[in-house]
Amino acid sequence: MTIDGRNDKPARPAAEKRLTKGGEERRQILRSVVAGSAITCLALAGLLPQMAARANPRLRPPGAIFEEDFLAACIKCGQCVQVCPVEAIKLADATDGVGIGTPFINARDQACDFSCDATQCVLACPTEALTHKLTRKEEVTMGKARLAAPDKCLARAGKGFKGKARGADHGAMLRYEDIDRWTPLPIAEHDYDLSLCDLCVRECPIPGAIALEPLSAEAGDTRRTPVVKAGCVGCGVCEMMCPTDQPAIVIDVETGPRGVRRV
Amino acid sequence: MASLVQSIAQMLGKAPTKPAPEEVSPAARDLLAFKKTPAERARRKAAIMAEREHDAMGWKWRGRRWASIIVINLLFVISFQLDVQLVEGALTASRVLGFHFADLNSSLQVMLAHREILVNLLIGVGTVLVLYMLVGGRSFCSWVCPYHLVSEWAEMAHLKLVEKGWVKDHAMHRSLRTVMFVVFALLALATGFTVFETISPVGILSRAMTYGTSLALAWVGVLLLVEVFYSRRFWCRYVCPIGLTYGMAGAVAPVRIVHVAENCFHEGKCRQVCLVPHVLDMTKLGYGTQVLTPVGPDCTRCGMCLDACPTGALRFDIQGLTKRA
Repeated sequence: MTIDGRNDKPARPAAEKRLTKGGEERRQILRSVVAGSAITCLALAGLLPQMAARANPRLRPPGAIFEEDFLAACIKCGQCVQVCPVEAIKLADATDGVGIGTPFINARDQACDFSCDATQCVLACPTEALTHKLTRKEEVTMGKARLAAPDKCLARAGKGFKGKARGADHGAMLRYEDIDRWTPLPIAEHDYDLSLCDLCVRECPIPGAIALEPLSAEAGDTRRTPVVKAGCVGCGVCEMMCPTDQPAIVIDVETGPRGVRRV
Repeated sequence: MASLVQSIAQMLGKAPTKPAPEEVSPAARDLLAFKKTPAERARRKAAIMAEREHDAMGWKWRGRRWASIIVINLLFVISFQLDVQLVEGALTASRVLGFHFADLNSSLQVMLAHREILVNLLIGVGTVLVLYMLVGGRSFCSWVCPYHLVSEWAEMAHLKLVEKGWVKDHAMHRSLRTVMFVVFALLALATGFTVFETISPVGILSRAMTYGTSLALAWVGVLLLVEVFYSRRFWCRYVCPIGLTYGMAGAVAPVRIVHVAENCFHEGKCRQVCLVPHVLDMTKLGYGTQVLTPVGPDCTRCGMCLDACPTGALRFDIQGLTKRA
């Protein structure tokens, strides 16, 4: 059957080797197999960030189900990122090592301070990767604060703190309820003058999650040490607010046991 | 029904075949006999020669489509940057004016990886499913997908290079896409991770535009290079499970492109520009079974064939609405 069409193009030089039909078909199949295998291998390489995430877990947004399930359930749309009033949630890039496109929080830069009150990210999540069973900030279990560098802690040295918690250039936001109940403010605009540094306790959004307790029983000893209580949800505000160059207090991420459902 | 099964088989990778005489409708048979008369052949040839004088590819549908892709994706970006909450999220899942939308393939991957039917997600899936069951599944590809747009640009470069004889299109077997669909589904199920999502240029581009995650873009760049220098429309034609998912979802959509055999000169210009030329097999002389044949489910409704066709033999059609002449 001829097809009416153009044949006015110059013919290709006859020297070009024509493959037989079967030969071309075999090549096509071979090419397809190679291409398919290459794509599959690349996709499997996408698992590497997931393994990295297991080795070096990062804070997930509040309400995140256990890490293993979270990685499965997250649809990577970033809606949690969009609703966060303090922009604490970031989407992972290929090099962040927590799975491409999944949300994480770097508490030292910007912690979740629950200034949205109703865990907006949870409400925004379309897949229950952030569980909708969570209704109050006190129910969050992102991690637990831990005094990782006690020798850095100002309170333990009996020292106060004067100035901006993280310097004038730090871009973090925090809700100062006594100033503005509804709008988080830049921490760089807030000057402190504390005779004994208690930033981790003072700014903790969860009542009773952390307290300063005497370091010794001696009467004249002004030194205090932060003690993390059972109520700590791991939001990371203490880590963000800690004014020492290396934070004395950090969050241990709660990834949960493997193969166990949180919900 | 038989033709639907046939066209789905073709979408999955089967090569189209010439229809047996008994499959051809009487009207199509008469038309073919008429077209084969020497007088009609001569008339057609003369018309084709005359047409070459002012031979140009139209831009009507391509222009509309590019505008559609750019506007939709810009809405995502603007909604986040200016916080106007029109279309929040990314193409994997979003909220459009407050309504949940969820990409069918992403949702499938998530549910396979999570091994659970996520009820919340079903609402968004339902909305999107109904939408594409109406407008044709793969309309997503050519009217929404940002990768489709950049891939079109890569294709233009590829065709230029082919014209100069510097590169050659290395076609793959189309069933590769079906195999990849199964591979990605099994990987999600086996690893508990949405493996496909890490390499999906659609999600990567969509997130990059809105959230500025840029490093994963390197992979999109590699894909585009492959498409420019090695294999024309490699990702869309031979790999992307999203395209197959939407193709299945909208297999019997009322919005489609139909081939009007009467107007067709069988020049093959439509097949040259088509992303999925196997759906246009009926445009070959003697391959049509009807005088009016709807184009199969793998068609992305991109309208390139309408732009290419000089005789108006292809047109958009809404089943049950478009008046029959």
